[in-house]
Amino acid sequence: MPNALHIVVCAGIVPDPLQTLEPVTTAAGPGLKNEMVLPAVLDPWASSALYEAASLTTKNPGSRVWLVSLGPKAKLQAVMMTIAQKVAFELVPIDGPIGGFPEAHSTAAVLAETIAALPGLDRSHLLLFGGWESATRGAGVTLQLVGEILGIADQFQGVDQIDLREDGSFEVLERVEGGKHQVSVCAGTPAVLGWATGGLAEPRNNPQIGMANMRTIMPALQKAKVAKLEANGLSYVSVSLPKQQRTTRVVKDLSPDEIARELVEWIGAE
Amino acid sequence: MGTVALSETKTMLTLPGDAVRQILWRFADRFDLQMLVQSARGVARGTVARLVAAGERNTHEWTQGKSEMMEAFDQAGVTAAFMEPEEGGFISGPKNLALSLAAFELAWVDGGAATASLAGFLALAPIHERGTAEQSRHYKQLSAPPQLGEDRKPWRGAFALTEPIPYVGVDTGMLSGKMRVAEWKDDEEPWLQVDKRGRFITNIAFANFVTAAVNSDDPRIKGSCVVILEETDEGIYDHGTPTKKLVHQLSSTGDPIFNLKVPASRIVGGYTVKDGVIVPNYNHGEIIEAVFRRTRVPVGVMTAAKLLSAVEPVIRYQRGRFRGAEGARPGTVRYEQGIQQREDALHRLVDVWATGEAATSLGFAAARLFDKLDPVEKRKTAILKESGIQGGRNEMKALKESEQKAMELLAMKPNDPRRVELEADPLVEYVLMDAEANVICPATKLWNTGHGTNMMREAVSLMGGYGITEDCPGFLANKWMDAQLEATYEGPEAVQRRQLTITMTTEVFLAEFRGWMAEMRRIASTGPGTGACTLASAMQLWLWTLNHLQKSVDPDGGKLYHGQRQGVTFALADALCWILASRCQILDVLELEAQGVNDPVASEGLKGTVQFLSDLCHTQAAAAAGEVSRICAELVFGYNQHPAWTDEGHQGCFLASELDELEETMPGISAFAMDVISADGSHPQKAGPCAGCAGSSEFLRLQNKLTMCLSGSRLAKDRAAETVSKVMIPEALDYPA
Ligand SMILES: Cc1cc2nc3c(=O)[nH]c(=O)nc-3n(C[C@H](O)[C@H](O)[C@H](O)COP(=O)(O)OP(=O)(O)OC[C@H]3O[C@@H](n4cnc5c(N)ncnc54)[C@H](O)[C@@H]3O)c2cc1C
Repeated sequence: MPNALHIVVCAGIVPDPLQTLEPVTTAAGPGLKNEMVLPAVLDPWASSALYEAASLTTKNPGSRVWLVSLGPKAKLQAVMMTIAQKVAFELVPIDGPIGGFPEAHSTAAVLAETIAALPGLDRSHLLLFGGWESATRGAGVTLQLVGEILGIADQFQGVDQIDLREDGSFEVLERVEGGKHQVSVCAGTPAVLGWATGGLAEPRNNPQIGMANMRTIMPALQKAKVAKLEANGLSYVSVSLPKQQRTTRVVKDLSPDEIARELVEWIGAE
Repeated sequence: MGTVALSETKTMLTLPGDAVRQILWRFADRFDLQMLVQSARGVARGTVARLVAAGERNTHEWTQGKSEMMEAFDQAGVTAAFMEPEEGGFISGPKNLALSLAAFELAWVDGGAATASLAGFLALAPIHERGTAEQSRHYKQLSAPPQLGEDRKPWRGAFALTEPIPYVGVDTGMLSGKMRVAEWKDDEEPWLQVDKRGRFITNIAFANFVTAAVNSDDPRIKGSCVVILEETDEGIYDHGTPTKKLVHQLSSTGDPIFNLKVPASRIVGGYTVKDGVIVPNYNHGEIIEAVFRRTRVPVGVMTAAKLLSAVEPVIRYQRGRFRGAEGARPGTVRYEQGIQQREDALHRLVDVWATGEAATSLGFAAARLFDKLDPVEKRKTAILKESGIQGGRNEMKALKESEQKAMELLAMKPNDPRRVELEADPLVEYVLMDAEANVICPATKLWNTGHGTNMMREAVSLMGGYGITEDCPGFLANKWMDAQLEATYEGPEAVQRRQLTITMTTEVFLAEFRGWMAEMRRIASTGPGTGACTLASAMQLWLWTLNHLQKSVDPDGGKLYHGQRQGVTFALADALCWILASRCQILDVLELEAQGVNDPVASEGLKGTVQFLSDLCHTQAAAAAGEVSRICAELVFGYNQHPAWTDEGHQGCFLASELDELEETMPGISAFAMDVISADGSHPQKAGPCAGCAGSSEFLRLQNKLTMCLSGSRLAKDRAAETVSKVMIPEALDYPA
């Protein structure tokens, strides 16, 4: 089995993006209003990573997928009721805070330590997956840091595609400026891939897969270790949501060219 | 820091999320059900919502899009929710709550989608409930969605009971569908010729098999049965023309025609041959009763889901109503609160919300009860069979003794030594659950869909003109109209009321009811605020009225409480439903209060959530009390002849001359005398002397008490309204409009 892969997907959970997200001050620093009760989803770009990982393992028998996730245990469990139905994986939960405010180095250290301790993980066959950014604050560095700590030098960000070759090498498409992709060929594992949307549709929920996953997920959640994240001197001066700008005009029968021209004009005027 | 600090608050923070719902509806420990909910929700708010938004409801035909919806159900595991794991499913054991939860999620977006999914289960239900092991295995395997890697089209079924007018509709008797022996060779399986026409049959456009109710038209077959027909059987299997329905257009409905030759092994539940006559093991009535008693529950849950689904779109509409107007700048009351500045808008939404909560609580309580009842019922059948007792009537007779024991148990003191023995008696357990199920199922179907439809209209009206457009977020107008179908199919309101007429007066049920009355008082004494005490008073009034009516006659001597006297029995059944819904709602909130603290998510802001849901309970209990009071008063007094200004009628009145005399010994009495006949025979301008009524003082005492029990209910409503104006809602609806 030359291409039997050990894929570790790092994915946190984030509040459902349709919710009203209102920054507030809590005892532990900045947070979101009613964060604990807002429904959460698996971080979207990291979800792409998970689906791509699952797809690679079905094509490469003998492969394994771990999903390493740091977040409040109870919320992780709720998210699993959906995610566990989509693809098969082994959950490695770490009980900790939700959201985009913890300091990235601390988070990365906990993730790396957990991954390094995974029983049965062959680090020479490791593909470390995650999202190239999270949908929370989007520090955009966590995955790179995990890779660095684990000593993985080959790193790709904004990945939309991976093609494995017989000899164990692989080709990666990374997003670059101008809506284009950069093509790289990597000699082989280990490597870090921070995914963008990837090329797979979100798999439909299938409770049968879910029930199979649950056999290991529930015990894993029960004994999830608790992470204490250091602030490392990080403090927030102010927190606010990106400003939304909406200028709606109702027009009918405008040609696509005209719409495109107007959009370009509008963006140019920013 | 540029953010605001959160203050400690007892107001509900957000709309109740999954963590709260799972506790309220008691599936916090069921991962299989939680996953089913997420799956069904995914299809509902994805595939189904897109179909509705794209106008797929505007055609009666079965389209590619609708067909893809069925496949989406298969892929998401919704279809498999009916099956055991070994049949291709994933949920073990009874599935009433599971199916109700799936129906809830689908109906949250579109009732037709829920119906399309439930109809397949309805087709299988006769086979599941009463089919032979072989039939059950065979048809469930065929209907199970393909497993991963399997390339197979699942079979789909339809259930054909209803026939063209003048035959079976509301009443399940009067079948015109017929079967006769087509061929019967010695020592071989007989063949039947089945002739059945259906009306309004769901799933029929694509059904590969049909479970059809038919009567014997042949002396060699006894009675009636349900028979399985397959698309490839010899003869006519005509799917018929689509029904031009104005509702539930994502499901297929049509009037099929069947004339088919099938082996007798297709008789659901099998048959025996006695003296050369085929005797089906179950007649169609027995099967249908077993089926409907369960399948009517998810229908009630569907309408309840719609009411709750209306809350978020209405709040969003109300708050945003004036945004964009000059003068309505961010930060102004007009901008931030919109129509929610107005008390009536809030109060009416509270009413819709409270009804939705009560209806859902009632529906899921019914579903859970059937989950518990299923194994107990099987055990009862097995025990009685061991003693050689089989069949409805024989079983009923044999259970008489258990009924007595059940009532004894209900009246027993907590420390009575016989309690353990009676509680462990499986037949007693069955009798108790069965009596409750026989009431709670028709109550769910009747109240949730009937009153639910009325309240859905209220929800629509809260959106103004938008409410009755296709663009209305949450498809509220569709849901209103659809609810009318939910009140009609699987037995319309009259059928449910008829059933309640009988089941709500059984001794066992009434004993249980008395226990619930005491339970509500206990709840009220330890934690006032849910309206439990109001409800207990309403229960007392209802019980008194039932008792009174059962012993009373009208002026012609006709019995008041009588099956034919639907004006009495149906009204009392309606009143009972209000009570039952309110009770279940209160019990659910107590469960949340008790269990919520143990759940890390639900415990966040739990006090506020419990306070709000309790206020909804109180509001609902007050509404129930009002209905009960009105209905009971009408029944108790309405069947008395009003006295007239005739000699007989004014026997109890004073004559003016008498009063003059009395005034001398009792000064001032004239001021209290209302019905006074003057010397010239003239009388006050009204229908007649004021009516009295035998026993009325006790009724009036109870009614008075009930009225006073309404104290605080409007304060609760005000509090709930305040929360409705403040609660945080998502930025946007999670399905398209
Ligand atoms: C969209 C749709 C899908 C359906 N799907 C199916 C299906 O899959 N399979 C199936 O077999 N059937 C199906 N039906 C049929 C449905 O169950 C019947 O329409 C329903 O039971 C009512 O029967 P009916 O229409 O003949 O009404 P009727 O029997 O004419 O009743 C009309 C009204 O008469 C009054 N009434 C009737 N009887 C009494 C009584 N005893 N006491 C007091 N009042 C009474 C009530 O007011 C009642 O509402 C479907 C119907 C529709 C509209």
